[in-house]
This record gives sequence, structure tokens and C-alpha cells, in this order.
Amino acid sequence: MSRHTLSVLVENKPGVLTRVAALFARRAFNIHSLAVGPTEHESISRITVVVDVDDLPLEQVTKQLNKLVNVLKIVELEPGSSVQRELLLVKVRADDATRTAVLQVVELFRAHVVDVSPDAVTIEAIGGPEKISALLSVLEPYGVREIVQSGMVAIARGGRSMTDRALERVARTA
Amino acid sequence: MAKGPHPAPPRVASRSGEHPMTAPLSAAPALSPQISEPATGAQSLVRSLESEGVEVIFGLPGGAILPAYDPLFDSTKLRHILVRHEQGAGHAASGYAHATGRVGVCMVTSGPGATNLVTPLADANMDSIPMVAITGQVAAAMIGTDAFQEADIVGTTMPVTKHSFLVTDAADIPRRIAEAFHIAATGRPGPVLVDIAKSALQTQTTFSWPNELDLPGYHPTLKPHAKQVREAARLLATSRRPVLYVGGGVIRAGASELLRALTDLSGAPVTTTLMARGALPDSHPQHLGMPGMHGTVAAVAALQKADLIVALGARFDDRVTGKLSSFAPHATIVHADIDPAEISKNRHADVPIVGDLKDVLADLTTELAREHQQHGLPDLEAWWRQLDEWRTTYPLGWTPTDDGLLAPQYVISRLGEVAPSDTIYVSGVGQHQMWASQFIKYEHPNTWINSGGLGTMGFAVPAAMGAKVGMPDRTVWAIDGDGCFQMTNQELATCALEGIPIKVALINNSSLGMVRQWQTLFYDSRYSHTDLHTGHQTRRIPDFVALAEAYGCVGMRCESAADVDATIERAMEIDDQPVVVDFTVSRDAMVWPMVAAGVPNDDIQYARGITPAWDRDE
Repeated sequence: MSRHTLSVLVENKPGVLTRVAALFARRAFNIHSLAVGPTEHESISRITVVVDVDDLPLEQVTKQLNKLVNVLKIVELEPGSSVQRELLLVKVRADDATRTAVLQVVELFRAHVVDVSPDAVTIEAIGGPEKISALLSVLEPYGVREIVQSGMVAIARGGRSMTDRALERVARTA
Repeated sequence: MAKGPHPAPPRVASRSGEHPMTAPLSAAPALSPQISEPATGAQSLVRSLESEGVEVIFGLPGGAILPAYDPLFDSTKLRHILVRHEQGAGHAASGYAHATGRVGVCMVTSGPGATNLVTPLADANMDSIPMVAITGQVAAAMIGTDAFQEADIVGTTMPVTKHSFLVTDAADIPRRIAEAFHIAATGRPGPVLVDIAKSALQTQTTFSWPNELDLPGYHPTLKPHAKQVREAARLLATSRRPVLYVGGGVIRAGASELLRALTDLSGAPVTTTLMARGALPDSHPQHLGMPGMHGTVAAVAALQKADLIVALGARFDDRVTGKLSSFAPHATIVHADIDPAEISKNRHADVPIVGDLKDVLADLTTELAREHQQHGLPDLEAWWRQLDEWRTTYPLGWTPTDDGLLAPQYVISRLGEVAPSDTIYVSGVGQHQMWASQFIKYEHPNTWINSGGLGTMGFAVPAAMGAKVGMPDRTVWAIDGDGCFQMTNQELATCALEGIPIKVALINNSSLGMVRQWQTLFYDSRYSHTDLHTGHQTRRIPDFVALAEAYGCVGMRCESAADVDATIERAMEIDDQPVVVDFTVSRDAMVWPMVAAGVPNDDIQYARGITPAWDRDE
């Protein structure tokens, strides 16, 4: 099995996320992470879904996704030719004895402290999966108290827009 | 994330004036000047169905859909047929759609009314039947509160419909109805559910029929890729052992005539799947019959030994392929389908063709003629010698019963002989279904209607009712089993009262026959819970003749071979009432040939313990 990142443009309508997520479940595909949000077009939302799946079943799930009436376009984003980011908020134990060391880690990873209390700091970090997991393993010895992580979002490198092309295609067939 | 696609919020995003993403309303009738008039949501729904050209709705009212039934009462264009169970409405819409090619429509209330539609929707989804189901929903403000008769039917049916809509704003009704019909009828057809909140039906609005549809993500590929078609033609012109593997898609596409042309030109043998029976006349000399678990030896063997399979609107279902890894091991696969997701789903396609089969077949025939001109006709003589040997050595047949009771295969084959050739046959699911597929000679498309993909017992009576409503001048025979019949026979009341004179041939073997056959073969003849006590020398609960008469139908019973023809003829003479004939048959009859589930097709048994010797001529 290999990891794939799919960018799915969908109509911004009720129930669309359910349809996409349910399709993965019904066809027995494991979703590693999923992120949804608005785009520059009011009527379009973008779902970034990371799945662990072999190439052939991936082709099948892409075709099945394309059959969903509310799905406009699907693109697989390769790690090499796209920027992939996730957001991590992590609460780490940090008292007078350890705070300096923790803050050094924050510096090293170009992360930020977004909240401080006498016995803990909350750190915000943005990056690819490797950076996030490296940061977490370095913080681990200090005592990680709570983690929240967003799904991955990804965008292709270069000047072309996935959304524009989707709109062009729609306009041509209309 | 206020703009994200949440599952729940009932409000549809507002639409602002000119939108770049609109599709022409290709499925709609000729555009009349834009009508815009005040109406309630319910009136708007009725006007929308009228504008869509609907002629009949199968339905059953209840609280949430009640507002729609009031203006429906006044409609002169819409015939509403009141069923006795919502499942009957769904299968009737299916039968209607299958027989006519038009979109079948059913309408039921919220909660249990809607959940009773789940089976027919799943059935229509598997068999690609164009259907629009309208369900009432509790008032918009009540959604999510576990209100009386509330069920999340859009959520429930998501995996078994082509698409679905929840309508909470009366102004959206015409647009959603137009979209639902367009989606149901185009591309790969399928069921579409429109769930309408009672509050939307009751609200005052303006009815205006949309000029165009807002479906930016829906663009079925209709035109096949010319290069792929050329490659398919080249293969068909040069292969030595080609087979056309024809599926239900050819029937749905209305492409039977074009299939005939390709068949004649190619000289290749043809197999028609359970869903495709009638796509090519059974009398055609190149027709080998049905492939698969209960297919003919010739059809199964032809696919196994083929060097080229041209799959047309078929989906390599497990009942056709047997053990997939050993299916047609030597064949190059050309796979044409309107649904790209079917291609290479089960078996890798060497030449994929996505498109409407009408275009695919027309283009393929043209290209094939060009290939023949350039390279001459292929030499299929050795292949046909082999095929003919299989056909003559292993014809379909049956052994006489040894309990003195009727052979079910005899009853069904006589029915096929006595009834006119354009008779529409509708079956349930089980042994009788397989025999009806095997022993009736289908000469026309849309004369064989059954539940293939989902295998829904109880399909026959309501689907026959729908077929008869759609094709009132044709004879419609339901061929049903005693198990199936007891699941949905309440629709006989509908048939009797609404003047829908279907005929039912009950192949009564007093048991769940197909299950019993598997118990005989695979469970040491331990007949666990398959005895129904409806047949010969039982208490006959129920007595099907008395039951038919209680429902206002004519009931007959036939127990001997000598009476079969006369009974069928007597049933054929009655045209003003539904008829139910209880053919009491032997329970020990089995469906042959058979490829057991999960077994390679090479291990097909012609009869119990008899497997053809393949290697004789190779």
C-alpha cells in the first residue's frame, strides 16, 4: 500500500462531505486524513484526502468519486510537485526547569508558542508530515499532554490553478 | 468553516443570477415560454411532474407527503396508482421503466414509507433502472429532532441511489425535480431520490420550470474515443475465437438493432447475460445463450476459451465470471460501457471504451467493415465448429421428475410457446427466474424483466404491474415462485382495482427452491427452513387459488402436464382481470447447468456430477 493525496473539488452543498467520506467507507478504503474548506469560488469547496491504497484500487476509487454528482474534479498531488501542510497544536509540559529547552525546540522547528501557563506551553507548528512527526518525537521526553492535528492540505506547485481549470472545463461542456 | 459542505444544514446555498456552471436542459421537453405562476410547493411539485411528462405515479400517501396528494387529486395528466405497500410502488416504477424505457416514478411518505423504498431503490441502482422516488419529509424545522415518522432517508439511501436531494425550500422544487429526472435518465441510468420537507410543500411559492440545469459535476461521457474503437475493430477482425459478451447496458441504451448489425457483420458468437436476455433474438444462429452460473455450456465455454471478449454494457459480475482469476484466461478484453468506473473494476480491460453503446456499436460496426475491406473476413470456421459441437452436445434441457409432479421447466417452456412472442415476462428471484431465463425464447428487447443484481425476492408481482401499466396492450406474465409471491402479492389488490390485468404463473414447488437446491448440493440435503407448505399434499397455507380470488383475481390450479397448455390458454383468454395460476410442480427439480459459487467456470456441471471434457478437441 502506498500513500496518496487527492484534491477533490466539490460543490459547496449540504451532504457532499458525507457522500465523499461514505464512498471511501463503502469501497473499503482507509482515509488517513481529510480536510475540507472553502476556495476562492463561493460555490466550490475543496477536500484534501490522504489515503493508503494501492494504485489499482486508487484508480477505481477516483472513478467512483467522479461519479458523485457533486464532485467537480479530482487531482492526485504528488509530494514532489506540490506543497503539503498540516497544522499541529500541542500542549507540552514545561516548568521553570524545562521551559528553556522546550522553547529552543520551538525555535529549531520554526514553530510558535501560542499559549503559556506555569506548567505547560501550547505550540503551534505547520509543516509536512515529516516535520510534524519529528517535532513530536523531540517534544515527547518533556511530556506531551494533548495533541490536535488538522488533516493535510495540499496545493500543486507552479502558477496554474486547479480551480480555474475545473471551471473552464465546466464552461466548455455547458 | 461556515462554507464547508456539512452533512446536515437544510438550507441550500443561495444562487446568484448568472452562474458560470450550468448545463443545458437536454432531457426536458420542448421549451415553452417561461411559465411563472403562484403556487404552493405541493402544486409546484405536481406541475413539475406534469412538465416532465410523467404519466403515472405509483404511490401511497401519509402525513408528510399529504399536501402533495391534494393537488394531485386535481391533475388530469398524472395517473396515480395506489399501491398496498411502498415496496410495491418502487418495484412497479422499476417494471414500468424497464418495459417502457421511460423514468418510473414513485411517491411515498416520510419515515417508514421512505424506508420501505430502500429495497426497490437498491434494486434499481444495481440494475441501472431510471427511477425518481419522491418522499415526504417532516417539516424543515423538525428535521433532526427525531420527529414522528422522521427518517434520514437521504442519508439512508446514499449508497443505493445514483443521487439524492433534500428540498426544504419550496422555490427549489421544480429545479430539483428537473435535475432528478435528468440524472435518472442520462448516462448510466439509476434511481434518484427527492426528499421534500412538508413545510416546503405547504409554503406559497412561484412555479417556474427551469430552462437549464445546475449540475456542474455531472457530464456523462457519451461519445466513444475513435482510436479505442478502431483498436477494438482491429482485434475483432483479426481474432480467431472472439465472443461478444452482451450485458443489460445494450437494453438500457436501446441499442439492440445496432447489436444485431455488429453481430451479423462480425460473425462472432454472442452471449446475453441475465440482464440482456432479448438484446439479440434467441433465434439468431450466432446466439449461444446466457453465460454464467446457470448459463449454457456453450456460452460459458466460449468465454473460457475465447481469445477476444468484447464486453458491451456488461460488468463482469461474479455470477458471470465464476472465480475471477480463472475467468477467460486467454482472452484480450475490449470493454465498452457508459460508466467509466465499470471498466477494469473486476477484469482488466485491454481496450477500454467509455460511451453510449448506441454510438459505440455504430462506430464499431463502421470500423469493422473498414477492417474487413482491408484485410478480408476473419476465419472463424474452426471456432464455430467447436461452438456448434458444444451446442449440440450440451443443449439446455431437463430430466423428467420422478415424483409424478409437473416439471417446472416444462411449465415455463410451454408458457413461452403458447404466449405471443411480444409477451413481457417478469420474474422473481430463484429457480423459476433461471428457468424463465433459460427456457423462454426472447425475441425482443425489454420483454424480460427481472431483478438481476440485487436478487430481490418479491420483485415479480409489483414489477409486472408496472410493466402492464406502461405497456397496456401487451400480455404481461409474471413468473413467480411460491416464496417470492408471498412477499409482495398484496399488489394483486392494486391490479384488480386499478384494472391492471397481469397474469401470474406461480411455479409452486412448496419451498424456497434455490436455497433448497443448494442444501441438496452443498449441505447434505439437510433442508433447514426451506419448506413453505404451499404445494401438493400439504396444508396449502395459503391456498393460492383462494388467495387470488380473495384479491379479486381469477385463480386457477394446474397439476398435470396434460393440463398445462389448456390452462395457459384459458388464462390468456381473460383480459379484464388479473389471473393467478398455481402450477404445482416438483420440488426436486434443479437448475442446470451450474457453476458453483467461487468455482472456476471450467468446472461447470452440465448436470449433477457431469462436467464437459474440454480437452478433447484441443
